[in-house]
Amino acid sequence: MVTTLDAVRSAVAAVVDPELPTLTIDDLGILRSVEIVDGAVEVTITPTYLACPALATITDDIRAALSALGHPDARVRTRLSPPWTTAWITDAGRAKLTAAGVAPPRSLPILGASTAYRTGLPPRSHDDPVACPLCGSTRTTELSPFGATACQALWRCEECREPFTHVKPH
Amino acid sequence: MSMLAIADDALIAAQRLLAWVSRAPSMEEDVALANIALDQLGVARALLSAIGDEDALAFGREAHEFRNCLLVELPDDPGGGVWGDFGVLTVKLLFLSAYQKLLYDRLADGEPGVLKDVAGKARKESAYHLDHATRWTLRLGDGTAESHARAQDAVDALWPYTHEFDRRADWLAVVEPVLAKATLTRPADGWAPTGGREGRHTEHLSYLLAEMQSTHRAHPGATW
Repeated sequence: MVTTLDAVRSAVAAVVDPELPTLTIDDLGILRSVEIVDGAVEVTITPTYLACPALATITDDIRAALSALGHPDARVRTRLSPPWTTAWITDAGRAKLTAAGVAPPRSLPILGASTAYRTGLPPRSHDDPVACPLCGSTRTTELSPFGATACQALWRCEECREPFTHVKPH
Repeated sequence: MSMLAIADDALIAAQRLLAWVSRAPSMEEDVALANIALDQLGVARALLSAIGDEDALAFGREAHEFRNCLLVELPDDPGGGVWGDFGVLTVKLLFLSAYQKLLYDRLADGEPGVLKDVAGKARKESAYHLDHATRWTLRLGDGTAESHARAQDAVDALWPYTHEFDRRADWLAVVEPVLAKATLTRPADGWAPTGGREGRHTEHLSYLLAEMQSTHRAHPGATW
């Protein structure tokens, strides 16, 4: 079966992130390129975090999707540079996160700005609030900067009292 | 600083951190330490894979072939005797993450290559580690008399081992303000053990490796 590069790209872009299954890898911004190299499909992805355990599953899922399209010889490559940031999550992806009850990332950390006991991470104050994805209130509190996966933090809404996860700025 | 030394720091730190999972003071802290350990493992795997066979390097070497700094191999395991203390874990993580953050920042802005690529990712992860360790240090140091005493004991016990870090002035500029803010006394410099970078380790590394490598050594070449 012969498919066009557009169809191949669509199939790859539709693969979902197993840890945030509401997002495709395209929404998440980790799909770098889909090309034909020496007659074979070559997909390049980038990890969110270095040790992201979902990467192996995503690689398998891309291979399976391409195999179903008649490309069993497809290659999936991983590239670290330039490093992924949460700014690469698409607007569609951010909307999907909110709809699924996950607060999308705020503005990015200021790297290299570490002085004294501030480490360059975004402020936790209400200058840059995280809105509760359930009720919309910005009266929210960070419980822990580390959550169920590397990219998530634990938060709580002080208005509706529900806990929620937040894709932390990275 | 060799690539192997940077990888070994991360690998041994990951192994120590993982011992805390299910034993931290709160569930959130279990999750946090597991996340930090996973980040460390990510650096170790990326660099060891660039050097050679990651499994052979992690599970096949003897203690004298490791190039990690001494600090990361010191025990802090819960129930691990005099070193087994959350204060030790916290202060060690502060010292290590301040060092790693500075190192990764430098490498990420440095020569193109694997180290630059890995550091470009790891610098952001280590910023979260440093932030986490900083907040715990402030909380313990400026907390109760008991938490203050234990944090100060940890600072005093671990301080000598920080002499192994290169560019110590930069490191002090990060760590000293945290200690001051936490009402902890910065120890005087004195005994300064080194040797990790040349493969001369404390007795603790062999015990750590015996546990970390036991499955691989019992079932060489096994796959899932």
